[in-house]
Amino acid sequence: MEKIMPKLLLLTAAVSMFTTLGIVFTLLFETFTFFSRVSIVEFLTAKEWLPWNEKSGSFGIAPLVTGTLLTTAIAMLVAIPVGLASAIYLSEYATERTRKIIKPILEVLAGIPTIVYGFFALTFVTPLLQKIIPGLEVFNALSPGLVMGIMIIPMVASLSEDAMSSVPNAIREGALGLGSTKLETAVKIVLPAAASGVIASFVLAISRAIGETMIVAVAGGSSPVLTFDVTQSIQTMTAYIVQVTTGDAGYGTTIYYSIYAVGMTLFVFTLAMNLLAQYISRRFREEY
Amino acid sequence: MLTMVKEKTIAPTEEKAVVYRTKELNLWYGEHHALKNIELDIYENEVTAIIGPSGCGKSTYIKTLNRMIELVPNVRTSGEITYRGRNIFDPTYRVEELRTQVGMVFQKPNPFPKSIYENVAYGPRIHGIRDKKILDEIVEKSLRGAAIWDEVKDRLHENAYGLSGGQQQRLCIARCLAIEPDVILMDEPTSALDPISTLKVEELIEELKKNYSIIIVTHNMQQAARISDRTAFFLNGEVVEFAETDQLFSTPADKRTEDYITGRFG
Repeated sequence: MEKIMPKLLLLTAAVSMFTTLGIVFTLLFETFTFFSRVSIVEFLTAKEWLPWNEKSGSFGIAPLVTGTLLTTAIAMLVAIPVGLASAIYLSEYATERTRKIIKPILEVLAGIPTIVYGFFALTFVTPLLQKIIPGLEVFNALSPGLVMGIMIIPMVASLSEDAMSSVPNAIREGALGLGSTKLETAVKIVLPAAASGVIASFVLAISRAIGETMIVAVAGGSSPVLTFDVTQSIQTMTAYIVQVTTGDAGYGTTIYYSIYAVGMTLFVFTLAMNLLAQYISRRFREEY
Repeated sequence: MLTMVKEKTIAPTEEKAVVYRTKELNLWYGEHHALKNIELDIYENEVTAIIGPSGCGKSTYIKTLNRMIELVPNVRTSGEITYRGRNIFDPTYRVEELRTQVGMVFQKPNPFPKSIYENVAYGPRIHGIRDKKILDEIVEKSLRGAAIWDEVKDRLHENAYGLSGGQQQRLCIARCLAIEPDVILMDEPTSALDPISTLKVEELIEELKKNYSIIIVTHNMQQAARISDRTAFFLNGEVVEFAETDQLFSTPADKRTEDYITGRFG
C-alpha cells in the first residue's frame, strides 16, 4: 500500500497536468487553422471585429482587447484601493477577533457565482448609474467593470493581508519605537516590506479581471467597438467567446475557429500576468 | 522633537536630575500580576541596569517606560511613571511624542528591510525633515555616534540585511540616535550577539552615556557590573534592591540579591 500510494497520487497530479497540456494543444491547433484562413497581420492590426459579415467580414482583435482592458481598468480602480485599504485595516488595526469575523465574510464574497454578479450589474447597478449618468447605455463597460472590481476586492484584500501579516512584529516595534504612528508604520514600513506579495496580488487580480466572463457577457453588451468611452456598449474577448458558443455558428466556419484565436489571445494575456506575478514575488522577496 | 525644549527638573535632594520617576507601578497581563509596586528613579546621564532572572518583569518594566507594553493585548497598569515631571499615562500625552524622546533598542536587531541610509533617515523623515542635506548630516552623525560609520560609509545604499548581527544592532542604535532622544532604553541589546560585537556595543554604551540617559535590561550580571552606574535587581515582579552598582555587587543589602549575584539561582 505504502508503495502504491505515491504513484497513485502522482497519477492524479498528472491528470491535471495533461489536461492543461491538452487544452493548450487544442487551442494552438485550432488557432493555426484560423490563421490559415485569416491573416495574422489582419488579426493584430485591423481596427474592426465584424465576424458575422460573410463577405466584408473583418477580424481585428483590437476592439475586443480594448473592451477587455477597459472593464479590467475600471475593476482595478475599485479593487486595488479598496482591497489594499481592507488589507491594511485587517493586518494592522483589526483585533484578532475582528479579523476572524471579517476574513471568512470576505472569502464568502469570493465564492458568489459570477453570474449572480452579472445580473446584479445589469439589473441593479446599471439602472442606478443611469440616474447619475443620463447617457449611459443599458449595456456598458462601466457597470460590469465596477461590479467586477467589487468581486475582486476579497482576493486583493486576502492576498495582501497575508503578505502584510507575515512581516515580523519586531519590524513594526522598531518603527513604533521611533515615534511613528500606526498609520506611518503601516504605510512606510510594513507595506514596502510586503511589497512583493502585495504587487503579486494586484497582478493576479488583473489576470482574474481579464479572464472574467459572466459579468461582462451579461452586462457589458456585444458590440465590439474600438472605444474608450465607458458609457457605451462594448464586448470583451470572453464575452465574444460566450456569444459564439451559445449562438448557431456552425462547426468549421471561420467564426467557429475565431474563438480559438481569441481564446489564445486571452490565454497569452493571463499567462503573462501570472508569470509576472511569480517573477515579482520571487524577485522582490524579502528575507527578514 | 528637535524644536522641543527639554525641561529639566532638578530634585533638590539629588545632585543629578531625575529623568524617570516610578511610583507604585503595578501591571497585569490579564490576571497575571507581573509588576508589583515598583518604585524606581532613573537619573540623567547614567547607565541604569536592570537585572534579574527570566520572568522577573525586567523587560516588562522597560517596555512600560515608552508604553510599548501596550502592544500586548489585555495589559492593565496602575500607579504612575513620570518622565521629566510628566505622567506618561496621562491621556493628553501622545505616545508618539514620548517615544520620540525615549528611543529603544531591542533584544534582536530589527533593522527595516531598507537600505542602511534609509534605516537611519526614517526617524527624522517621519518627524518632518525632508532636506536631503540635513538628512545626510543626521545619517552620518548618527552612524558615527553608533561607531559604525567607518564600516558602512561606502555602502550606505545597500540593504541593511547584508550587515552582520553586531553591525545590525549598532545600526539600530544609530537609527535610535537619529531622532535625538533624551533617554535610550535597551532591552538585552547584546543577547543575540557574539562576544566581540557585545564588547563593541558595551564600549558604545560607555560613550553614549555622556549625552544620554540609558536604561539597560540585561541577563548578564558581569555586563551590568561593567557598564552601569546603578543597578536594580528585579525578582518576581518586585524591585528587591536598587543601589549604586558597586555597592549592589560588593555589599548587597538583601539576602536574595546576594544569592542571585553569587549565582545561587537564576
